[in-house]
Amino acid sequence: MLLDKTISELKIGLLKGEFTSVDLVNECYRNIKTINPKVNAFITIVDQEIALKKAKEADKKLKNANSLLLGIPFVLKDAYLSKDLLTTCASDVLEDFIPPYSATVYKKLEDAGAILLGKMNMDAWGHGGSSENTDFGPVKNPWNLERVAGGSSGGPAAAIATRMTSFAIGEDTGGSIRNPSAWCNTTGLKVTYGRVSRYGCIAYASSFDSVGPMGKTVQDCAYILETIAGRDPYDATSSPQPVPSYIQKLSESVKGLTIGLPKEFFREGLNEEIRNSIFFMAKELKKLGIKIKEISMPLFDYGIPVYYLIGPSETSSNLARYDGIRFGQGRENFSEETMRRIMIGTYALSAGYYDAYYRKAQQARTLFVREYQKALAECEALLMPVNPTPPTKIGELMSDPLQNLLADVYTTSQNPVGVPSLAVPCGFTKDNLPIGAQIVGNMFSEDILLRIGFQYQQVTDWHKKYPILK
Amino acid sequence: MNKNCLSAQVEKLEIENFCMFESIIGLEIHVELKTKSKMFCGCAADFFGKEPNSHCCPVCLGLPGALPVPNKKAIEWCVMLGMALDCQIPEFSKFDRKNYFYPDLPKGYQISQYDQPLCINGKLKITLPDGKEKIIKIRRVHLEEDTGKLLHAEINGKKSTLIDFNRSGVPLVEIVTEPDIRSSEEARIFLKKLHQIIRYLSISDADMEKGSMRLEPNISLREIKNQKSPASPSEAGRAKIKIDEELPKYKVEVKNINSFAFAKKAIDFEIKRQSELLSKGETPQQETRGWNEKQQMTTSQRSKEEAHDYRYFPEPDIPPICWNKETLNKLRKNLPPLPDNIIKKLIKTYKLSLYDSTIIADNSAVADYFEKCVSLAKNIPAKTIANWLINKKIDIKNLSPDNLVKKIAQSQQDSGITDDELYKIIRNIIQNYPKAVSDYKSGKESALMFLVGMVMREVKNSSLADKIKLIIKEQLS
Repeated sequence: MLLDKTISELKIGLLKGEFTSVDLVNECYRNIKTINPKVNAFITIVDQEIALKKAKEADKKLKNANSLLLGIPFVLKDAYLSKDLLTTCASDVLEDFIPPYSATVYKKLEDAGAILLGKMNMDAWGHGGSSENTDFGPVKNPWNLERVAGGSSGGPAAAIATRMTSFAIGEDTGGSIRNPSAWCNTTGLKVTYGRVSRYGCIAYASSFDSVGPMGKTVQDCAYILETIAGRDPYDATSSPQPVPSYIQKLSESVKGLTIGLPKEFFREGLNEEIRNSIFFMAKELKKLGIKIKEISMPLFDYGIPVYYLIGPSETSSNLARYDGIRFGQGRENFSEETMRRIMIGTYALSAGYYDAYYRKAQQARTLFVREYQKALAECEALLMPVNPTPPTKIGELMSDPLQNLLADVYTTSQNPVGVPSLAVPCGFTKDNLPIGAQIVGNMFSEDILLRIGFQYQQVTDWHKKYPILK
Repeated sequence: MNKNCLSAQVEKLEIENFCMFESIIGLEIHVELKTKSKMFCGCAADFFGKEPNSHCCPVCLGLPGALPVPNKKAIEWCVMLGMALDCQIPEFSKFDRKNYFYPDLPKGYQISQYDQPLCINGKLKITLPDGKEKIIKIRRVHLEEDTGKLLHAEINGKKSTLIDFNRSGVPLVEIVTEPDIRSSEEARIFLKKLHQIIRYLSISDADMEKGSMRLEPNISLREIKNQKSPASPSEAGRAKIKIDEELPKYKVEVKNINSFAFAKKAIDFEIKRQSELLSKGETPQQETRGWNEKQQMTTSQRSKEEAHDYRYFPEPDIPPICWNKETLNKLRKNLPPLPDNIIKKLIKTYKLSLYDSTIIADNSAVADYFEKCVSLAKNIPAKTIANWLINKKIDIKNLSPDNLVKKIAQSQQDSGITDDELYKIIRNIIQNYPKAVSDYKSGKESALMFLVGMVMREVKNSSLADKIKLIIKEQLS
């Protein structure tokens, strides 16, 4: 299958004329037709004729263009505004919302000649870690259709795993890229806050939201990030920090780097098979010449409360505009989980409670910033699990709201700090369910994380495994 | 009997004393800045009279995914106004979200500033009618965005509400005073002076009729307790100070007034209404009221129980503002001269009276025009130019300073005497006839005519009679 190839391999094949962008797009649609009904990854599928028209244009331009992604098919999490194309954020509130403008990240990819195939299923508004909190039916895990794909960017991860697309743009507020990447055996990067423009990305928690690449490999993520990163005059929080060539830096040496294993992330509550897989990964990294060091991050336990006070506070305000007056449907269409988060946030910001909840959480957030700074002063990166368990059964998390929150326990503390984190496949359970690990680094150290991940994928082939759907 | 009567009188006095109130007034003023673009997007901020919803984009319509990018000019202008009001400019400032639902507020929150505004702790000196000066403290000056506008209309026989978002996101400066104002007249004088400063800075048209300056007085009344048989004078002094510091436990806010005259009327109405309530032993309700010009009264709009909890929190979409001293110094240097400075300059450099200077400085364009005329004129005293500007309603837009100077010179030639000479003669006459002067000062109008006659005898130009009369009056006042 053409879509097993990495972006770099696809580029070479396209340039050599071994196949065309039209071939790629056609293969995607063949897969979408047979696989999507089983996994429910798409909310909107772009008309095949429209995608093919763009593919033909790309094929014409191939010879004299130097775009990294020209002619490569991709999908967007349905949190990104796409002009004239339905954008729902997986909520009935926006069941008929056709945006009049496009998100910056979508524009950049369109300009690069990448071809949009669809808008992907997710937890509505990003509220969830399993892609079950959606008004379009849960996304099913392609490795086991009775289990969840993870979330909130479950649709994009499932689509990459099943070769319905080459890559995707996800959005990570507290694990939403990393969690489904780990559970679907794909690679995903939560970028540094401000690395990629948020303009046109439907906001969940504005100070946590990050726009990032999802793909089959670390190298794919480098190709995507190099295209989408950079300052945007439409996003005041986007960083003016120069964008390095992530691709070129992939093969620089990793020898002598130090990776910390924060012991608090490996305590009870973590599935045994996941723990072992990550320790095994640490061994592989050691073979590459990386030093592994145990460290301590004692604040770990406060990650969930900080995240679940500030996130809902911001979401309670961000979702106030969905009143159904000017666009979309009324707020009675919000799901129970979304209403719960709005209520928690409204409460935490209310007079008399603000100091005890919101302000306290912000103070604790500052402590987390220091804790990560301290940990990352001793080492270049941290290695930790993404999920406490393998993919859960559909319905399991939805029936237990508290358990649902705890599913994010390892991925929520990075967003309040803003640091980047790369999720890579690192093994399977005995039941053949994927396991992922995350590599967390200093602000704007995506190049280092990608380098470590890339070289790890040179010596392992977990990331090459894909599900065979019955 | 006699004794009883006296004690009744004393009691009555005490009741009267008890019912004396002073008004405690603070002002909140909103001013729309006339920046080219809106506060957080590139849309044109000039919305007045434009086709509804023609100046809008995803940002000011609050569409999903849209993000605010603050307007640098608006921030600088707000700080300049703060500087003109003698405020401190803290090195750190930030925007906050003020959350509430209203159809004219597309995001469900207004981007405003809560606990760390751009400017704090300022003051403005005003001159009261009796010539005394008073300082009104400025609590804060901050920046926020305006809302859309609701239009209630009947469409196809159905009562409907239309929303125009052209105004949504227009930069709005809010100025909040301390409750230092004690009468509607003080409020009027303060507002006029603030209006003048804003116009001097050229940061807003501050046009009341177009709603680009909106006023919200806060009014409450405080008892003035006279010393009731104090044990010792010092104790009474202490007691009085303590009462003075205490603010009343309630406050009435009158919203969205768009004229200085209405503000004055609304304040006077509230003072009367509240003192009547207090005299009956009732405490006025803490509430928001509106001024009804037709009925000449304020009416209740929202009570304390209905007050919003705005759930302010820092705006995560906008990084905080951190000033460096250099930038602030540069802004301070770029401040144009303010009315008070111009008045001082007019008095000092051109020897104009306080009265004339105040009138000329009322508008910075007139003050500029005046100075240009003076620099062009060779033999015309500054005072004469000031007189022309004040008394002859010169249209400074259509008559160049050069032409005005020529006109004045021509008129002096016609009268055969320069103003300098005329003043000299008048001063001589005043010196030589002290009796007539003192007669005039004690009220004899005929003494003035006598003095005019004496001047006329030397000048021999009957067309100057009125002018001579004016000058003598002015010299003797």
